[in-house]
Amino acid sequence: MVQARTEAKPIVNRTQAQVWLRQMMLIRRFEERAEMMYQKGNKIGGFFHQYSGQEPVAVGSIGVLRENDYIITAYRDHGHALARGMSAKAGMAELLGKSTGCSKGKGGSMHFFDVEKGFLGGHAIVGSHIPLAAGVAFASKYRGEDRVCVCYFGDGAINQGSVHEALNMAAMWKLPVVYIVENNLYAMGTSLARSSAVEDLTVRGAVPYGIPAYSINGNDIELMAQTTRDAVNRARAGEGPSFIDAKTYRYKGHSISDPGKYRHKEELDDALRNDPILKYQELLRERGWIDQEAIDRMAEGVKQEIEESIEFAESSEPPPLDALYEDITTAPFIPQE
Amino acid sequence: MAVLTFREALNQAMQEEMERDQNVFLMGEEVAEYDGAYKVSQGLLKKFGPRRIVDTPISEGGFAGIGIGAAMVGLRPIVEFMTFSFSLVAIDQIVNNAANMRYMSGGQFAVPIVFRGSSGMAGCLAATHSHRLEAWYAQIPGLTVVMPATPSDAKGLLKSAIRTDDPVVFIEHEVLYHERGEVPEGEHLVPIGKAEIKREGTDVTLITYSRSLKATLAAAEALADQGVQAEVIDLRTIRPLDLDTLLTSVVKTHRAVIVEEDWPYCGLGAGISDRITQRVFDELDAPIRRVAAKDAPIPYNKALEQSMLPSVDRITAAVRDVLYL
Repeated sequence: MVQARTEAKPIVNRTQAQVWLRQMMLIRRFEERAEMMYQKGNKIGGFFHQYSGQEPVAVGSIGVLRENDYIITAYRDHGHALARGMSAKAGMAELLGKSTGCSKGKGGSMHFFDVEKGFLGGHAIVGSHIPLAAGVAFASKYRGEDRVCVCYFGDGAINQGSVHEALNMAAMWKLPVVYIVENNLYAMGTSLARSSAVEDLTVRGAVPYGIPAYSINGNDIELMAQTTRDAVNRARAGEGPSFIDAKTYRYKGHSISDPGKYRHKEELDDALRNDPILKYQELLRERGWIDQEAIDRMAEGVKQEIEESIEFAESSEPPPLDALYEDITTAPFIPQE
Repeated sequence: MAVLTFREALNQAMQEEMERDQNVFLMGEEVAEYDGAYKVSQGLLKKFGPRRIVDTPISEGGFAGIGIGAAMVGLRPIVEFMTFSFSLVAIDQIVNNAANMRYMSGGQFAVPIVFRGSSGMAGCLAATHSHRLEAWYAQIPGLTVVMPATPSDAKGLLKSAIRTDDPVVFIEHEVLYHERGEVPEGEHLVPIGKAEIKREGTDVTLITYSRSLKATLAAAEALADQGVQAEVIDLRTIRPLDLDTLLTSVVKTHRAVIVEEDWPYCGLGAGISDRITQRVFDELDAPIRRVAAKDAPIPYNKALEQSMLPSVDRITAAVRDVLYL
């Protein structure tokens, strides 16, 4: 296994670090406000998976990508979309099922898409998008481009067959794809220990296919960025996929209806004490890259941006009922009724 | 006009489209070095090289998904299933990802992919290798389902399918691969969504597709000897259904029999019958009859398997039934 290193010199400069901090704060606020709207306003329906606690994984890794790289993820997708620069407005409107949403109100929480940002979804069948990521990377290689696809999935997905089929082909064909497991220790309510014969996911996802593996603290944002950069450079150089086991923790249940009774309170309290956003604020203050006053201003700006996104979403029109038949096919769609 | 086998016609379609468009490539089990399990891709590796003719491991779900991902960012994959029976292993990719992607993304992503391969009862292959899944795929909004019955349509429809920006399930029939027929050279495009009247008649409409066309035409011939003029329609495209052509014929003949190789319950004919009945019930002089496979798993034994299939006898009996003869 390749051991990721923390370099003495930070991977980011001050400006970029502030951007990352703000993105993490934006994601946290987005999730918290959206959850409130789900629970109190009855405005959001269906399954809703909160990203709080895992922000450094998305922000740190996406932070080192080029604009024309590709990103694809599972159903806990709000954080990745926002980290990629999708507007909070488009995300919030999607949660409310509005036509101004990032998927025109057709996808919902689990199916965010943004073609302009190279954000290829939001996929809700566990493991099903892992082959898609290899396919996107296949296209990049086929065309002789150096664009990389970064693919996120949860620790539960490692048990799906399609994951292993895709990892095998990605490795064999040296496809430029970086697989990042957001290892939050729980596949819904089933802990890793109760679902994986071997708990070290690199042993299951990387070693069998000769894929270089990194097992890191994904909640260390700069380590996450550094590791992703190494993996992406490798992919761009034509050396094939990498597998990053990013250890993280979700604060909330699997979805909104899950009180998370399968885990101990101490475990959650411990994670909250080590909150990655507070930790990063502390680190940046220590470096003299930001002061509390600036953090407070940042928080205020984030709060305002999210409130504006809510106003935008609430005042947006729902899709007209005849949108039911729109965007099914590129060819004129003929309902078979 | 050149006379080609069904498999040569498919091969020609792929060759021409790959020459025309650099984004088209073929991927699947044994398509390259083995020259195709059914030799449909014969010679393509030699001509286009391993970048565009890609052998895969036995991972249908995996390579179907890889094709879809590549299509999402602009390539135009042809994914071959050695048989569509094996597409069952990839059905999550086809249904959840290929068919839904455009809708779920609010129209942002298209999936211009062709899933193609053989299917059907091909002789002693037994239950796992003889599936007819057209009704399964035809139910899914977002998929186009095509099933050619002749070499000419095989070429013309495959070329059209490759050029379509939507996912196409292109189902061939194993027993048709060696069938010969005239095939136009070069730019021969058969439009998707258009049925073809293969034989004109006035007394009954026989609706069929793929391999069953042959038995249906033979039945029409036999019926003609008995003074019954049957109109035979080859659907060619299963979804979207060319309902107009069917209705025009039924309004003329007032009777219809649907001939299909899939299972009777919830089979394709059930859906077609429903749509005809909804629209022109008053024109019908008899209930629509269906001649489908028998409702049993597909047996290995040749005679048992043969007894499953729509035969000339079963078709003519159904026609006599709707004519009250």
